Amino acid sequence: MLSVKSVNKKFGSLVVAQDVGLELPQGVRHALIGPNGAGKTTLINLVTGMLAPDAGQIVLGGEDITGLKPEARVRRGLARTFQINTLFPQLTALESVALAVLERDGHAHNWWRGLARFGAEVDEAASILQSLNLQKSPHRLTRELAYGEQRLLEIALALATRPRVLLLDEPAAGVPKDESAELFAAIAGLSSALTVLFIEHDMDVVFRFATRIHVMVGGRILVEGTPDDIARDPRVREVYLGKTGTDHVSFRKPPLG
Amino acid sequence: MANANVKPLEVVFWLAALLPFVVTPNYLSLASQIAITALFALSLDLILGYAGIVSLGHAAFFGVGAYTAGLIAKHYWVEPLSGLVLAGLAAGLLGYLTSHIIVRFRHLALIMLTLGFGLLLLEAANSASALTGGADGLQGFRVPAVLGFKFDLYGTTAYAYALIVLFLCFLASRRIIHSPFGLALRGIRENATRMPAIGAPSRAHLRKAYTIAAVMAGIAGALLTHTTSTVSLEVLSFGRSADVLVILILGGAGRLYGGPLGAIIYMVARDQFSGLNPQYWYFWIGLLLVAVVMFLPNGILGGLSAFRKKRQ
Amino acid sequence: MFSSLAGVLFDGFAYGMLLFLLSVGLSVTLGMMNFVNLAHCSFAMIGGYATVTLVNKAGWPFLATLPAAFLAAALVAVPLERVFFRRLYRASDLDQCLLTIGLVFISVAAFAWFYTSDQQSAPLPAFLQGSIHAGGMSFAQYRIFLIAFGLAAMGFLIFGIEKTRFGARVRAAVDNQRMARGLGIDVDRAFTITFTLGAGLAGLGGALAIQVVGLDPTFALAYLVYVLIVVAVGGLGSIGGSFAAAVVLGVSDMAGKYYFPWLGAFLIYLVMVALLMWRPLGLFGKR
Repeated sequence: MLSVKSVNKKFGSLVVAQDVGLELPQGVRHALIGPNGAGKTTLINLVTGMLAPDAGQIVLGGEDITGLKPEARVRRGLARTFQINTLFPQLTALESVALAVLERDGHAHNWWRGLARFGAEVDEAASILQSLNLQKSPHRLTRELAYGEQRLLEIALALATRPRVLLLDEPAAGVPKDESAELFAAIAGLSSALTVLFIEHDMDVVFRFATRIHVMVGGRILVEGTPDDIARDPRVREVYLGKTGTDHVSFRKPPLG
Repeated sequence: MANANVKPLEVVFWLAALLPFVVTPNYLSLASQIAITALFALSLDLILGYAGIVSLGHAAFFGVGAYTAGLIAKHYWVEPLSGLVLAGLAAGLLGYLTSHIIVRFRHLALIMLTLGFGLLLLEAANSASALTGGADGLQGFRVPAVLGFKFDLYGTTAYAYALIVLFLCFLASRRIIHSPFGLALRGIRENATRMPAIGAPSRAHLRKAYTIAAVMAGIAGALLTHTTSTVSLEVLSFGRSADVLVILILGGAGRLYGGPLGAIIYMVARDQFSGLNPQYWYFWIGLLLVAVVMFLPNGILGGLSAFRKKRQ
Repeated sequence: MFSSLAGVLFDGFAYGMLLFLLSVGLSVTLGMMNFVNLAHCSFAMIGGYATVTLVNKAGWPFLATLPAAFLAAALVAVPLERVFFRRLYRASDLDQCLLTIGLVFISVAAFAWFYTSDQQSAPLPAFLQGSIHAGGMSFAQYRIFLIAFGLAAMGFLIFGIEKTRFGARVRAAVDNQRMARGLGIDVDRAFTITFTLGAGLAGLGGALAIQVVGLDPTFALAYLVYVLIVVAVGGLGSIGGSFAAAVVLGVSDMAGKYYFPWLGAFLIYLVMVALLMWRPLGLFGKR
């Protein structure tokens, strides 16, 4: 579904992506892991079009999207969430998701018909919120929502674009253990037709959901394989922990301050 | 969803706008000036309050509208309504063209570009004195009547004309704000980064908003020309751009009524203190700006709604 | 023809030095904290009026007032930064613009109150008056002084920023504030010092400007546009950029006034708009 081929990017002499390649067949759940500064978020920015690669190709569903602007890629079915909540503070949850639905259906340019006439889109937004268990507070301003709810809203916004491929950038970032159940339920409930790539530090999420893991270090893909392969791979353990005897890599990223 | 139903306070506001005819008939000229300024502020609100574009050169569109209306009245015909439409179109065209450049920039570069365009236009108008009358302004024409109603010395027709045009543009603005497009503009203002990530063509949206705002500003400028039968370089000045910014911030940006409210307070105050040396007037405006930013960042309307929320 | 060109270049360069002194402080503080301080030229006014007062009322020689102009502006900058500006570093562009414009208005009115709206002047010592005649052209001695002063200031600043530890901290903070803090650099303190220095330099510029462009209470607004153009075109946080932009602007302005007087300031604004469109971050800007 999504192919990243030999993508390269550098800023001056700083190489942030070197010959990066990734394949996501349809419907899979893959994870991209790596230490801080490995270039994971940069790769996501390259794939979504926020950054232009120096070389390489991004192919979505057989179509080369390397030259497309970010909004055009979204329209072709590539959506992402942000590691740090990138929401609309003074819009309500319902307004935010409705906006995404309206943009998707091409109605957002319409300035002469009131929002009240777009009931279908608003209803769809409401049901998306419901599917993520956010229906309790559709009319509260985004900035008044709890952090965990905001993380769910991040996903809701991405889902509203009806993506074929979804890139989740650290969905569990900063969510305390006792609130993460809802988040995991939401992730588990994602459609099986959807192709998902997690960028994660939280190994709980990775081992729970991912069938294949890509490890990125210093701008390059170090290795790729099943969770068991990765957990046992000495190179991965060295990158994360130095040499130890434990089988499972397991640690949490500290919550964002 | 934000409630688009007409609130009782709004009805009160517009009914109150009719009061000057009865209560203060000697001040109808001032009232029409206020209405014109309110329209100008409303147009700025569209790009500043709703889309988040900080413009220090919005007077450019006001001025283009004013001069277009003046030139038509002076050289072609004195019928004002057609002049109004053409002025709006001229300003809108300029807005559309410059919007392609404006929407590519943010922060200081954006502020400087809007300032630069405004100053460029002012200098151009100053130099092209054969066309614009230069520093003396456009004179020697008079718009006698609109739709058969003569412009009288008391300003009755002027105020009625300005008020009706303001109201119509206001209805249009209201429509825009409560439409999907209005929601998209707010989205851009709230988080410009997120918009492309939900598939939104932000730049196209901004160009549209900028153009619509330019049309409205141009109409306001034309109203000034028709009601005063004169055009001076002042309509393109930085002072006018700065004044309308202060007015909008005072009333509260992004709240539809902030512009009109700010216009009323500012213009009435200025009229009351008109004997004051302009520099001292600006002292108080300066103090006001500092106070608003420190204590009332969302203007008067923002302060009122925060006050109401606290009481709940 | 050549002599007029040389004259324009000379005058333009001197004017550019003035613009440089007025602008460099704003460029660096904008680059460090992204703080849009539209009141920057008010500091210039403080310096200018300090000089005027000392020369005319206290009989000081002109040159001796220059350090006083620097100090006067710097001393006003410190409490202003602590009371007002510090609260606005995280505020929006608009709020910063509005607050600082408010301060400009207040300062304009304050100076009009104390000094009237008249033009001020400060008599110069004999060796700075008159002109030198060379090659069939005459060069105003004051302008030679300005050029020398500007180049010396530029050299001093470049030395300061490249060779001193403090300069290194400033450069780090301009480059990446978060990382600089992470490295243990006291960015706030570095900023206060930089801000004060920048204000002092503006004050110096204001004092030096009296002879060239005069001084009255509207100075803070009139020259704000030019300063902003220099900063925007030169690039935030760049001393060299400010210098280059100031020279380009100074020469363009003189050339415009001499060769195309009917254009007025149109040329300047056009140059700015064109340059900004080509390089929105300024000629030497990093962000």
